[in-house]
Amino acid sequence: MRVRVDDDKCQGHARCHALAPEVFDVDDYGHSNVRHDGLVPAGYEEKVRLAIANCPEYAISEISVSE
Amino acid sequence: MDPAYIEDPFTIWDKLRVTCPVAHTERRGGAWLLTTYDDVTKAAHDINRFSSLEVGVIGADEEVEPDVLLPYGLPPISSDPPLHTWTRRLLLPWFSHTRIEGYEVMTRDLSRHLIDGFIAEGHADAAADYAQQIPVRIIAKILGVPADLSDTFTGWVRDVLEFADVKERAKSGGDAIVGYMIEQLLLRKEHPQDDLISELAHTIHDGEPVDDGVVLGIAGLVLIAGIDTTWSAIGSSLWHLATHPDDAARLVAEPELMDSAVEEFLRVYSPVTMARMVTLDTEFHGCPMHKGDKVLMNFPAANRDPEAFERADEVVLDRSHNRHVAFGSGIHRCAGSNLARMELKVALEEWLHRIPEFHLAEGAQVTWAGGQVRGPRSVPVVF
Repeated sequence: MRVRVDDDKCQGHARCHALAPEVFDVDDYGHSNVRHDGLVPAGYEEKVRLAIANCPEYAISEISVSE
Repeated sequence: MDPAYIEDPFTIWDKLRVTCPVAHTERRGGAWLLTTYDDVTKAAHDINRFSSLEVGVIGADEEVEPDVLLPYGLPPISSDPPLHTWTRRLLLPWFSHTRIEGYEVMTRDLSRHLIDGFIAEGHADAAADYAQQIPVRIIAKILGVPADLSDTFTGWVRDVLEFADVKERAKSGGDAIVGYMIEQLLLRKEHPQDDLISELAHTIHDGEPVDDGVVLGIAGLVLIAGIDTTWSAIGSSLWHLATHPDDAARLVAEPELMDSAVEEFLRVYSPVTMARMVTLDTEFHGCPMHKGDKVLMNFPAANRDPEAFERADEVVLDRSHNRHVAFGSGIHRCAGSNLARMELKVALEEWLHRIPEFHLAEGAQVTWAGGQVRGPRSVPVVF
């Protein structure tokens, strides 16, 4: 599973960091960065799906690995 | 405002959402009330048509004279880019994750101390004796002002927000905040301390020190926006638990639900509605809007929109999909949202740890404030 955060959409709510801190890092402004180049470590897929479903800005999306 | 509307605005919003989702009122100088999740979030993102130069829900029904001491208003909340962009960047690091972790210990100690003060009596006012006492002291810490003035700060902020339609009262509260901040700013120009006002007073932006008017505006905003908003959220949540013993018992038995419960309380009891000013004659959701019209982004109503949330009117403690907009959305997302979340979580955890069973006192008069910030001002409980 691979995910990306759209920088133009992210407004620093930091819900993704709260739900999946192993995958989403936030800076001092609350803006989210995906760790590991967007590659979700095995076992964290469910947490990442929760992060996607709780982002008020619809800023996180799953990308197909071939992209 | 009509007391029945303040106590239960939800039935009215539910009707409006279906029959008249972009409702127009001639009250308060003419305003549009948005009640669907889709419209509210669209307006929040459409910063070109909906300006933040006028964000007050109540008041300003006549031409307001610019405040000589606050020529920039309260940036970033009452500004559009570019002023919004750089002032927000100055403010956000004070509410970063690492800073908030630092405030957590203090919040927990404060909550425990407050409970110590009334637990032996077997009764308390969960709003006035507890919820109201917490956020003001954390904000005082951030600003670097004395916590023993908490009641004074709370009074000023209530004058500005809760009594905004009593002109003299709103003005005296606002003047008191600005007057106090000017004193504090002058002190810190000479003797900087480790606080927000000192940092702003010594910040260079575009090669120039930040204008005093901007510093006063930001400091005033932190005081106004950080106190009765969070207090309202804590109070509403405790009111819910006092009136829904099953939910209280479940949170005590399953403390791991606290994170999702906090989000759910924020969704169902969102305190804040914000206004915008229309910048040009335009059409929104089929309605003709005119330059200068006020638009009310009713976040509390948006968060109960059944098109956006299943079982929208129910508190579902383990709700897993919750894109609520209690803190707004778009570029004006509440800068202190994660401080508020921490305070709400810690306040509820500490209360439930010490007072797992409680209910409203017999004949209790629960009073609510409405308007820009909705929340209970008195919640008498026994335990």
